[in-house]
Amino acid sequence: MQFIRPTTWSEALQAKADHPEAWPVAGGTDVLVELNFDRRRPEAVLDLSSVGELRPWTREDDHVRLGAGTTYTDVLRDLPDLLPGLTVASRGVGSPQIRNRGTVAGNLGSASPAGDAHPPLLASGAEVEVASVRGPRRIAIDDFYLGVKRNALEPDELIAAIRVPVAPGPQQYAKIGTRNAMVIAVCSFAVALDPVRRRVGTGIGSAAPTPRRAVEAEGFLTERLDGRGLWEGTGPLDEETLTRFGALVAAAAQPIDDVRGTAAYRRHALSVLARRTLTWCWDDLRARREAA
Amino acid sequence: MRVTLTVNGARREADGVWEGESLLYVLRERLALPGAKNACEQGECGSCSVYLDGTLVCACLVLAGQAEGRDVVTVEGLRSDGEALSPVQEAFLEAGAVQCGFCTPGLVVAVDDLLRRIPTPSDAQIREALAGNLCRCTGYEKILDAVRLASTRGPGALPAEPEAGL
Repeated sequence: MQFIRPTTWSEALQAKADHPEAWPVAGGTDVLVELNFDRRRPEAVLDLSSVGELRPWTREDDHVRLGAGTTYTDVLRDLPDLLPGLTVASRGVGSPQIRNRGTVAGNLGSASPAGDAHPPLLASGAEVEVASVRGPRRIAIDDFYLGVKRNALEPDELIAAIRVPVAPGPQQYAKIGTRNAMVIAVCSFAVALDPVRRRVGTGIGSAAPTPRRAVEAEGFLTERLDGRGLWEGTGPLDEETLTRFGALVAAAAQPIDDVRGTAAYRRHALSVLARRTLTWCWDDLRARREAA
Repeated sequence: MRVTLTVNGARREADGVWEGESLLYVLRERLALPGAKNACEQGECGSCSVYLDGTLVCACLVLAGQAEGRDVVTVEGLRSDGEALSPVQEAFLEAGAVQCGFCTPGLVVAVDDLLRRIPTPSDAQIREALAGNLCRCTGYEKILDAVRLASTRGPGALPAEPEAGL
């Protein structure tokens, strides 16, 4: 096995071009498990932890650009106001030790359907900035996940950053697991409200081959909020709207039975999470209106 | 390959390191520092917790090569010069927070990190901070007692920086 340790981004891209089979490793929280248990043994590992360009996050107008080295701890410390959905999801990742090392970009690299960062990134309409020696490109988050642990990266590409719109309104995330920490989600759900452009975003985790949006649920709720003039009001959402939203979210999933839960349980739990997180967001929006 | 790093304040070298090897293996098997324990090898149990450049990490999830040139502090390095034990270790002993002892080193490092960040944590903060450290003896109540005891001694009780122990 070869250990490749670039110290600049251009060296990293050249190394990936020269060794397309190399596994990129940053925090190592996924890669080391594979190595420790000898599940797979790559010909080379490409250590990105010394590439300074990947570390900081920056604000660019109405976006936050999360460098690929941004850890969950970085998000929790710096971004609760700008990216509240991703912050809630980051808080539920592993333990302090894992959050200190694991990166949001690593979640995308692994592309496990259960990754906690995926649902809020889907709900916010994030973009993935990838690069190779051939040049950079941007991939819409909807087009990034191709299958179980498969993503849209070409063999010579690395994730440079993730561009996430600054939250224009309330965002929430919830997941089901056996504990409040250290769990891989049985299923998870994120919702984001954009009262400025009057849009609703969603993201489902761990209940389909890939993380995915609940597009029909988004369309239904957007139409309902517009049609009844609810965006302007300060009233609660009625039970029928919440139930229908939950049912459409559950219908968008394509879960399986596995060791963590059954497909039927996942669908039911998703409808509950959808109603619950939407209620939290809506109450937050009402409170902001009343305060204004 | 050769890995050169600082461990508990001293420059150390390890030769013949396999490229896929963890920092934990280097510490225990090559540098004779068995304080960090090897159990789950997947970041679930926290018994291998160490500081890497001042950040609490699971040593089993750090590639040895990623520690090249970095600063590592293990449980062996937490006490100040001239002291037998660190304040957190003292508190664990006094509170009876040690049963079989296997999880203790990882917990001691995690508690040291917690008290540096939050000198007087609430119970909820303690539980959250230690969520990644498992005690199979299930002696969690005494461990919580130990954290509360250590926190009453104030942030001044901890050395300003973790120092060389061995």
